[in-house]
Amino acid sequence: MNIIVPIKQVPDLVEELEINSAGTDLDREWLKMKLSEFDDHAMEEALLIKDDQGANVTAIALASDDIDKALFAAAAKGADKLIKVTGVEGSSTHEAAKAMANVIKDMDYDIIMTGVQAVDDRDGQLAVLLAHYLGVPHISVVTGVQTSDGSVTVQKEYGGGMVAEFEAATPVVLGIQAARETPRYVPVAKVRRAMRGSTIEEVDAGALDVATGSTVSKMYKPESGGGADMIDGSAEDQAGKIVEILTQKGIK
Amino acid sequence: MSNQILVIVEHLKGNIEDISFEMLGKGKELAGNLGGELVALLMGSGADGMTGQLGIADKIIYVDDANLAEYNPQAYCKTVAAVVGDIQPKMVMIGNTSMGMDIAGGVSVDQNMPFIAYVSGISSDGSSVTSSLYGGKMNVDSSPSGEGYIVSIIAGSFPADAGRSEGSPNIEKAAAPDLSGLSVQFKQLIEPEAGDVDITQQDVLISVGRGIQSDENLPMAEELAAKLGGAISCSRPIVDSKWLAKTRQVGKSGLKVKPKLYLALGISGAPEHIEGMKDADLIIAVNTDPNAPIFDYAHYGVVQDLFDFIPALSDKL
Repeated sequence: MNIIVPIKQVPDLVEELEINSAGTDLDREWLKMKLSEFDDHAMEEALLIKDDQGANVTAIALASDDIDKALFAAAAKGADKLIKVTGVEGSSTHEAAKAMANVIKDMDYDIIMTGVQAVDDRDGQLAVLLAHYLGVPHISVVTGVQTSDGSVTVQKEYGGGMVAEFEAATPVVLGIQAARETPRYVPVAKVRRAMRGSTIEEVDAGALDVATGSTVSKMYKPESGGGADMIDGSAEDQAGKIVEILTQKGIK
Repeated sequence: MSNQILVIVEHLKGNIEDISFEMLGKGKELAGNLGGELVALLMGSGADGMTGQLGIADKIIYVDDANLAEYNPQAYCKTVAAVVGDIQPKMVMIGNTSMGMDIAGGVSVDQNMPFIAYVSGISSDGSSVTSSLYGGKMNVDSSPSGEGYIVSIIAGSFPADAGRSEGSPNIEKAAAPDLSGLSVQFKQLIEPEAGDVDITQQDVLISVGRGIQSDENLPMAEELAAKLGGAISCSRPIVDSKWLAKTRQVGKSGLKVKPKLYLALGISGAPEHIEGMKDADLIIAVNTDPNAPIFDYAHYGVVQDLFDFIPALSDKL
């Protein structure tokens, strides 16, 4: 079984986000990046399948700052092969998907699994776009994958805790919402060892003949919709005021 | 290219989802501004009984096929793409839901149409749309290039009541595209397991997010819940970490709640979470990050370390 896992880095939302001088994008100069959490889940699900029954797992990513580290971290967790796709400039998911499709179409694979979404995929989610550029069926919002010969059974989450189960013939592209287990942690020392022990294959993206689809006019922080009444002071003061409010509202 | 606004109607177990009515209401307004028609696309098998609820539409396109009896990503995607290719609408509105996330991008590629996702606002003439990105921390306005385009709408962005109207619009029955040889098959619907507590029935919810840091800190929140006569609920990461059961999850893929008090502890307020709790009577949010989007939806906000605030509040109750 061959599994390909597209991964990417996204801004760490724990940090304060600043807007660039043109007002159209984040100021990326000091931006702290991290692996997209949904991609982390996709990689975990792929590695769980590998642990259970054996699989060849390939991590693939578009070239960007720090991406080598993310790829080596994937190797440290258990990915067998690392591919970096070069020659993509913009941040459009359509272009990213087309670039991945150009590289993946000649590879031998059963399942492609990637994060169901990312915090910055304004023009759509990678999994579904990639699937359609490849002409391969796709299921998103997946929280469970069971493999058998030539097919997979997946659980897809709806709202309200409802789950639908589908069976799909391989090859198939899955947008992973959550892996069965919490994504594994990999110590820095192990990533360093992976840096010495594994290689990243670089592949050119090829022709990206897709319309990006839209032009950003403005990025801004959402206005507080009326916003919260902010309660200042020490934790003691704040707790005191909250108790007053609860008492007024008859909740306490 | 027509001036039509095409809304993809979503239904499950015979019920049309609220997001569809939200889109129909907004779509009607846009169609009016543009001098166009509001068209609802309904897919299913023997589902024509639902057309009566879509009275707000100027026209309903109804595709009936055995392969559409249950939602199937492959069959629905092919059908929507065929209808879009046929009528060439100005705008296609699809929910940013579990089903919509399968469909919108696929139609974008198959019909070579621009697609703008996570949409929470649309200008009156449809030329500029607002996407909520970076976990709700940034809004981005953008304009589609070209004439027809697809938007995926975050649930809760528009009032659903504006789209609810009985009536008998013109119904056009359309044949499904060739759906033979589907490689994806629907197997079954799995109902949520009954939890020990039904969080949708609680007056008070003490809801914890990533900020709680460890399951070892959950008892502090549970103590608050006990003192206020409520229950503990949570955001997605807490369930993914297996600290609480899925039945305690509030949000897009969890449950929608409307308690008298929703106390959000260490929840930043990504759009997926807001969807599930924004209608609570009283929302109080506690977070260390003063820029957390949750403060835009809360009635009262406290910027404080949870591990100072929770014991302080607990002592006073």
